[in-house]
Amino acid sequence: MKGPKSWRPYIAGALVGLLSIASVFLSTTMVGRPMYLGASTTFVRSAGLIEKAVANDYVKNNSYYQSKKVKIDWQFMLVIGILIGAFASSMIDKSFKLESVPPIWSDRFGDNWAVRAIGSFLGGIVAMFGARLAGGCPSGHGMSGLMQLSISGFIAMAGFFGAGIVAAHFLYKSGRGVMK
Amino acid sequence: MNELFLGLITGIAFGVFLQQGRVLRFEKQVGAMLLKDMTILKFMLSAIIVGTVGINLLVSAGVVGLKIKATYVAANLIGGLLFGVGWAVVGYCPGTSVGALGEGRYHAVWTILGMLVGAGIYAEVYPVMKVSVLNWGAFGKLTLPQVLGVSQWIVIPIFVACILFVFVWFEKKKL
Repeated sequence: MKGPKSWRPYIAGALVGLLSIASVFLSTTMVGRPMYLGASTTFVRSAGLIEKAVANDYVKNNSYYQSKKVKIDWQFMLVIGILIGAFASSMIDKSFKLESVPPIWSDRFGDNWAVRAIGSFLGGIVAMFGARLAGGCPSGHGMSGLMQLSISGFIAMAGFFGAGIVAAHFLYKSGRGVMK
Repeated sequence: MNELFLGLITGIAFGVFLQQGRVLRFEKQVGAMLLKDMTILKFMLSAIIVGTVGINLLVSAGVVGLKIKATYVAANLIGGLLFGVGWAVVGYCPGTSVGALGEGRYHAVWTILGMLVGAGIYAEVYPVMKVSVLNWGAFGKLTLPQVLGVSQWIVIPIFVACILFVFVWFEKKKL
C-alpha cells in the first residue's frame, strides 16, 4: 500500500455521520420520532414474520416478538435499502464480485464452499444471539450508541471487539500469509 | 408509508457509503480483529465523530431527541462477547451481511440464515433472560455525561480528540 493508505474509509464514514444526523432530523420532522441507524432488530422481525407463516398464534404469544412488534417498519426498509445501495454502488464502480469463500478464511480453512457455509451459519447464530442479548449490533450499539454517548454502547463495543480480536487470532493465526 | 419510504431511502444511502468505504468485506472486518487493517474502525469512528457533534447540536437546540438503549451491564457485556466470537467466524455484522450480499459476496447468505435462526432462538429464551441476565446491572438509559455528572459539551471535545489521536496512530502504523 502506498502512502497514507486511503482517505476512503474516513470520507465514507463521515458521510454516514451526516446521514445519521439527516435521518434523525428528517424522521423527527416527518414521522415525529427520531430514527437512529441499526440493523439487528430487523432479523428478529424477519424471523418472526417467517415463523408467523407457519405458526401465527405462537408468534403472537411470544413475549419477545410482542415487545419488538413483528412487522415491516422503518429499520426493515433500511436493511432492504442497504442491499440495494451496496448492489448499485458496486455495479457502478465495478467492484461487484461473486465470491463463494472469502480471503483469509480460504487461507485457513480452504476453498470448500460447504465448510464456509457451515461456519457462517453457526457463527451467524452465535453472533445474532449475542447481538440480541446485548441489545444491538455494531450499527445500533456501536455507531448510534456512541453518537449518543450511551454507556450501553461503550460496554457492547468493548465486548464486540474484545471477543472478536481474541477469537480471530485463535481462528486465523495459523492461516497462510495472514500474520506476516 | 412515509416512514417506510424514509427508511428505504436512508438505507440505500447507507448501503452506498458502506460499499464505497469498502467495509462490507470479510477481509476488512476480520482484518480489524487481527489488528492488521483498521479500515472498519476508521469508517465507524469517522461516522461517530460527525454524528456525535451533529446530533448533540440538534439535541441542544431542542430539535430532536436521543434514543438511548438502556444499560444492562451483564447483558451488554455477555451479549457483546458472544457477538464478537460469532463475528470473528462470519466476518460480518448484521447490517454488513446484507450489504455484502449486495456486492456479490453471496456466501453472506449463510450468515444471514444463521442470524435469522439466532434471532428466533433468542426469542425463545428471552423469558429466561428477562428474569436473569437482564436484571444484572440494569441501570436504565444512561449516558457518559450523566455518569460523569458533566455537560455533554465537556465530554464531546475530549471524545473527539481521543478518536483523532487514534486516527493519527493508525496512519503512523500504516494500519
